[in-house]
Amino acid sequence: MASIAVERPTQGAAGVSATARRIASFLLVLGCLWGFWELYRWVWSSAGWTWPFRVDASTMPHVHEILHALAQHPTSGSGQILAVQLLKAAGFTAKEAVAGFSIGALVGFGLGVAMSQARLLQRGLLPYVVASQAVPILAVAPIVVVYLGSLHVAPWFSVAVIAAYLTFFPVAINTLRGLQSTDRRALELMRSYAAGRWYVLWKLRVPAALPFIFSALRVSATASVVGAIIGEAPSSIQSGLGGYIVNFNQYYTLEPQNLWATNLVAALLGIAFFLVVVLAERAVLRRAPENVV
Amino acid sequence: MNRGLDGGSQTVVAISDVGKTFQAGTTALSGIDLEIGKREFVSLIGPSGCGKSTLLRIIGDLIEPSTGSVLVNGKTANQARRDHDYGIVFQEAVLYDWRTVARNISLPLELAGWDRRRRSARVGEMLELVELTGFGDHHPWQLSGGMQQRVAIARALSFDPSLLLMDEPFGALDEMTRERLNLELLRIWEASGSTIVFVTHSIAEAVFLSTRVIVMSARPGRISRVVPIDLPQPRRASSRENPRFFEYVTEIREALHLGADLDRQVAAADEEVRAQ
Repeated sequence: MASIAVERPTQGAAGVSATARRIASFLLVLGCLWGFWELYRWVWSSAGWTWPFRVDASTMPHVHEILHALAQHPTSGSGQILAVQLLKAAGFTAKEAVAGFSIGALVGFGLGVAMSQARLLQRGLLPYVVASQAVPILAVAPIVVVYLGSLHVAPWFSVAVIAAYLTFFPVAINTLRGLQSTDRRALELMRSYAAGRWYVLWKLRVPAALPFIFSALRVSATASVVGAIIGEAPSSIQSGLGGYIVNFNQYYTLEPQNLWATNLVAALLGIAFFLVVVLAERAVLRRAPENVV
Repeated sequence: MNRGLDGGSQTVVAISDVGKTFQAGTTALSGIDLEIGKREFVSLIGPSGCGKSTLLRIIGDLIEPSTGSVLVNGKTANQARRDHDYGIVFQEAVLYDWRTVARNISLPLELAGWDRRRRSARVGEMLELVELTGFGDHHPWQLSGGMQQRVAIARALSFDPSLLLMDEPFGALDEMTRERLNLELLRIWEASGSTIVFVTHSIAEAVFLSTRVIVMSARPGRISRVVPIDLPQPRRASSRENPRFFEYVTEIREALHLGADLDRQVAAADEEVRAQ
């Protein structure tokens, strides 16, 4: 606890220039990456070096080719330009990922709380929670799809469950850790008020654990997008990014830039998820978080 | 025995033959007998490891004694804790960062089931009592250490407990802030009419604040001397210049050194013995 009076950074003119600086540095890094890609490509292909891999149009398409591909009509698909098709696919995948993230976050939080409340539950559950992540998601995904399919659940929801499978783990572990690292004095204080278990949980342990929980949610946000994309393959869903990736994979030697373009969109979707969590964290942790949880 | 402000006869804390041995085998306290009357200000002073904090925690039912019994307001310490009979202040303010100052103070009131209007009225009174009116909407991290500790005191007193337990509350503050808060604490004590048990390392602080100083020695923790402080009430900053003030300081210092000489023969960890 800071013993010195701290002022909140003032908003306004200073805030605007700070934002401008951040955007500028972001663009600068982006430009450098682009330059590095093209420079590497140019050096390796003109020198004819083949280590660690041969550089040509199929291994490293030009960045502008990848961007150009977004404006083209690919040979497969609905006939719209690739960017529109990919944005629609990203929207579909986003729906699965949002559902998966929400389910996973809730399940993870619930497991974390349950494990924090009873040592017996923690001993019993924790090994399985850890083991669940040691099982490859590619092996779990078809089982989920077949099982939920037999229950006549919409296929996209099966994908959401697969995304949830990747999401819940970091949330469960960090919730548990956060709930267990409550300040001992604060707990004694609650004991001095003769506070009940639930009161201590909701008024002290959970708000104190929120920074832990949010750092898990940041990780989970991107994991849920990856989970949704992976889950689309065994569910034979064509309308999401996973479907496009499987499809463009088959035509990679002919049109490598299409797969690169899809990867770019998938990465942007993951970043968008991450940013949403960061914004939510700022909004929640600035004010009294117990009102929000 | 009773040297409280009104000289009343009611016993607030009755400790008889209390001992505490921790699981590791350390005997933190042994054979403690102590009665504290209504409106008394009792300080526990002693070297590290004398069990003064442990004794305070036993009174507050934060830990249980191994032997003996503690009665608070004629009830078991456990029942007294359940009845919200005492407020506690630690060396650190232990404020909840996610709550404003006002909502930190109202936390025990929420727990006691006070409605919103009563709570906010009470918080206003408490802010006034600790002279922090206008800081209700601040967050703890916007306050200085001394202000944070005043919030902690306001929180401890918010539900008007008959007993206030303080564990080196000003130990982490600088000397100037500490002296100012000592005066403020005496003013609050006079205004609130509560009984205070105060753990400290500082002889001058103990003499200045207390109606009675309990000198403890270590290994095992026990009471080695009880010094009633008969300085005029109410105390003022000038009380520190009273010749009798120095006599009391000397008396307690000698009592502490006597205990320390005995301690020196016992080789043991010099850490403050605490729970867990």
